[in-house]
Amino acid sequence: MALIISVMSVAIYALPAIAAQPQQKNIILATTTSTQDSGLLDILLPIFETKTGYFVKTIAVGSGQAMAMGQKGEADVLLVHSPEAEKKFMAEVYGVNRRLVMHNDYIIAGPKTDPAGIKGSVSSIEAFKKIAAANAVFMSRGDNSGTNAKEKAIWKAAGINPEGQKWYQQTGLGMGQTLNVAAEKKAYTLADRGTYLALKKNLGLDILAEGDAVLLNIYHVIEVNPAKWPKVNSGGAKAFADFMVSRQTQDIIREFGVEKYGSPLFFPDAGKKEEALGK
Amino acid sequence: MDIIIEGIKQAFILLFSLDPEVLGITWLSLKVSGTATLISLLFGVSVGTVVALTQFPGRRIVVSLINTGMGLPPVVVGLFVTIFLWRNGPLGFMEILYTPAAIIIAQAVIATPIVMGISLAAIQNLPANLRLQILALGATRLQMVWILVKEARLPLLAAIMAGFGGVISEVGASIMVGGNIKGYTRVLTTATVMETSKGNFDIAMALGIILLLLAFFVNAVLTHIQQTERPR
Repeated sequence: MALIISVMSVAIYALPAIAAQPQQKNIILATTTSTQDSGLLDILLPIFETKTGYFVKTIAVGSGQAMAMGQKGEADVLLVHSPEAEKKFMAEVYGVNRRLVMHNDYIIAGPKTDPAGIKGSVSSIEAFKKIAAANAVFMSRGDNSGTNAKEKAIWKAAGINPEGQKWYQQTGLGMGQTLNVAAEKKAYTLADRGTYLALKKNLGLDILAEGDAVLLNIYHVIEVNPAKWPKVNSGGAKAFADFMVSRQTQDIIREFGVEKYGSPLFFPDAGKKEEALGK
Repeated sequence: MDIIIEGIKQAFILLFSLDPEVLGITWLSLKVSGTATLISLLFGVSVGTVVALTQFPGRRIVVSLINTGMGLPPVVVGLFVTIFLWRNGPLGFMEILYTPAAIIIAQAVIATPIVMGISLAAIQNLPANLRLQILALGATRLQMVWILVKEARLPLLAAIMAGFGGVISEVGASIMVGGNIKGYTRVLTTATVMETSKGNFDIAMALGIILLLLAFFVNAVLTHIQQTERPR
């Protein structure tokens, strides 16, 4: 009994200690799973935190959910990759100061056997049409993430409505888990190159189509509008956004992953025009 | 098969190299779930005992509610706690969403009905004559309750174990209200989910094994107490 009491008192004393984080120094960063799963944020955040003294709470969700958090004022700054949805977000003035950070690209991954014969397709729309025509299993994120939005746009451009088709399955999971599911089910999927490269060793999925201009994956940083939500830490949000487009950070992004994967996972784009990318 | 062996190997490497990040995650898991269990004991045992010893209209409904609560889905708790703790939510002024305190609250909500349900059953299961006997010997009501709680020590310790086991292994609420923030709210279960989605299956397995070892250690201590201090 004495042991329980001593364990309990330790726990009680520990409680205020963990709740004692200063609040105004906190920044809530809502971002996509790819920036976390690829390991990029693990490199960048400690640099930002030592430099500015802010503490960044990263909530890694899909871009759709990240923007929903911004809309409700539950995040201070967003790092997302769903340009169409972002434009709507900005038009409704939920965000301010949307800035281009970096890009990489999406790839269509699938089983080595390639049952739909899409290998080498230059046009991703063609590749999607072939997958649908062959009734080959396609694994969708189905979670309103940036990747999911891109995938739906390609289906739309191909004039196919995959919803409800037997070969079209939705995981509702993050990119990494969806790639694993696709690998197990020998299915095709659309993935960002960063996450694909990070997981490649255990996957057994090949890149079957890539290089199409449609497959560009562009990341922006957006500060949540403090005029809408007074509780937003606008100073912190601005500091983080400035940090993401600073020269030092952009240089780190350029080098990130080169050593481990032989090629960079992201290409820095700060200061460029979105329309000029991929040309 | 390779991945299983690799996972076990990784677990021991991580444990015995005393990797500071893994130690931090393990310690936080223990601290958060231990505190949550403690809070659940306070509410669970007291309310459970009161309900067990009293008769009032609607008692059956209350008992049914408590028993239903024992199966409260962690994600549902996570969702509600998140909505309440949002900056612009009813408890937003506390500013504790995405902190360890938020995880403690969610886990306490999950564990309380478990502890309450088992305590209720344990106290109610004591022979009714025992109460009369204690009172007849001149004990006050409070003394009687204390003796009953001591009598029911075996099942009550089982309640602690069930409550702690429920929350240390829980992931849905922890990830929603804690956010899995590195070095701050990342606990063993949320770290396991993240490493799995990163494709680091060996590290994920290692974390899983550490979680099992932790649960085993805590339960071994509780079982030791339960089995050695026999009711006199």
